[in-house]
Amino acid sequence: MGDLDINKQAPNVVVWLLLLTMPFWLSHVGGYVQLGTQVVVLGLAAMALNFLLGYTGVLSFGHAAYFGLGAYGTAMTIRYLVPSTGLALVVGTVVGTIAAAIIGPLIIRLRGVYFAMVTIAFGQVFYFIAFRWNTVTGGDDGLTGWTRLPLHLGFTTIDIQNNANAFYYLVLVLFALSTGLMAWLLRSPFGRTLIAIRENERRARFLGIPVDQHIWMSWVISCCFVSLAGGLYALLNNFVDPRALYWTQSGDFVIMAVLGGMRSFWGPLIGAAIYVVLRDYLSSMTENWESFIGLFFVLVVLFFPRGVLGMIRRRVMS
Amino acid sequence: MLTQLVLFNVFNGLIVGAFYALMALGLSLILNLSGVINFAHGGFLAIGGYLAYTLIPYVGFWGALLLAPILTAIIGVIVERVLIRPLYGRDPLYSLLLTFGLAFIIEDGTRFIWGAQSLPFQVPGWLVTPLSNEYFFLTGYRLFMVLVVAVAVIGLFLILGRTRLGMRIRAGTLDLETVSVLGVNVRLLRNLNFGLGIYLAGLAGVLAVGQLGLQPTIGASLIMPSFVAIIVGGLGSLPGTLLGGLLIGVASGVTTVFFPSATEAVIYVMMAAVLLVRPRGLLGEEGRF
Repeated sequence: MGDLDINKQAPNVVVWLLLLTMPFWLSHVGGYVQLGTQVVVLGLAAMALNFLLGYTGVLSFGHAAYFGLGAYGTAMTIRYLVPSTGLALVVGTVVGTIAAAIIGPLIIRLRGVYFAMVTIAFGQVFYFIAFRWNTVTGGDDGLTGWTRLPLHLGFTTIDIQNNANAFYYLVLVLFALSTGLMAWLLRSPFGRTLIAIRENERRARFLGIPVDQHIWMSWVISCCFVSLAGGLYALLNNFVDPRALYWTQSGDFVIMAVLGGMRSFWGPLIGAAIYVVLRDYLSSMTENWESFIGLFFVLVVLFFPRGVLGMIRRRVMS
Repeated sequence: MLTQLVLFNVFNGLIVGAFYALMALGLSLILNLSGVINFAHGGFLAIGGYLAYTLIPYVGFWGALLLAPILTAIIGVIVERVLIRPLYGRDPLYSLLLTFGLAFIIEDGTRFIWGAQSLPFQVPGWLVTPLSNEYFFLTGYRLFMVLVVAVAVIGLFLILGRTRLGMRIRAGTLDLETVSVLGVNVRLLRNLNFGLGIYLAGLAGVLAVGQLGLQPTIGASLIMPSFVAIIVGGLGSLPGTLLGGLLIGVASGVTTVFFPSATEAVIYVMMAAVLLVRPRGLLGEEGRF
């Protein structure tokens, strides 16, 4: 019963120990802190997607749109409105969440591949807006001329601007809050209802559960955390460009979730770690890394559909 | 002057819409029978274009127009047999991801084989000259493209309506299990149907490069509007897909005149409007999805 994973303590302890100590051991195994931060940020996005994909059973292929909206919202707030990292993140997350809430009613009645097709098509609107509106968004070249700023907490100032470790821990705190909230939601009656919808939608409907409403809520919650991840991604790179909104980015999130294991809470994080490291390695090795990423997709689907954690669990069970 | 400009863009839109429709019809065929969204469809379109480019020195433009789509379809049939068939009956997520990866491989592969830069593509000279001074945009090639698309679409509907294969495809779309029980080889049917869809992509590819130029990303730019065409026209309805493709093509053409920066975005606004007012699409069947 993978859904009860969240209740087991051992995996949680291992994950948190690894994450908390990452800046200390990552450089010894050939990594660097920014790479670790990238894993946590994209891991958050993939886990947020999995809230919908793995736990509600709704196939969204358009999460890049909300990831990108969060990124642009954050970047544009710092660039044009107020020089405050914290406020910018809030604005970015709110923008992405509101967009999802508005688009939600148009799509929640669709199911399966059709849901995927419509979500991915809708995502393209935001891509073209970012691409075309170049006086404000910087167009194809991306939005530059801004950086993340030190965090003022009243009693102290954290220099996330120049200290990569400090930024990593800020990201980790937000990651902890977000995943904690998602785990709490999944354990609540609301989360159990989502799993019931995934397992047998018709039965859930007959039991009087307002299915469409639940899917809408799950969609908005999922997109909210993806927007937050997008905002953090913009801060990490001090840069945002339309590729953060492009439909291929959505596919990246889905493959992370599948690769790690859709039926496990931490699976998408593991998938994100494998994917980020692999892409970093491939793009430094060969010009044709896109082919290898594509091949990787094909191989995962054909030979590894349950993901890493799914495989491990099968071994343990048998 | 404005009328001429509008006419020009409506006509342009029709041509672009014809491409969308050709792409979307192939996508629809595969989606309806096999439940697979073929993200690699744009990749197959590019393969069609590049094969034509390679073939032209040997067989000429007409030979390439005939051969390239067939070769593309053969590649499609092989891909379906080897990669996609194992995924039938599993969560649609997996076929989505697989064709998604395939799209990456094809785009990068064409870049590797033929180079990243745009390649010149020669169409016969007499097709390029404008037919009239006033309506300068009416070149022979453009009319020719519309004609070929029309012939292809009529051919497709004749195949679906009049042949045994077409009848089985239509029946399989409605109830594949029953068709299988009646003794039809469903695996072969899906295989041929996939090939038919890819043939249309390959044909669109040969025509598109004469109009848009030949580069590895040509397919990626056409696939999203094809999705929109299917959604606007109505899931499960091929005439709807055709209508959807032409409609969004004209809509983006007309928008170019009045609000150029919204050229791409307008079709998604149309999609939102359709989903809001009529979620099953313009010609979609009620309650099917």
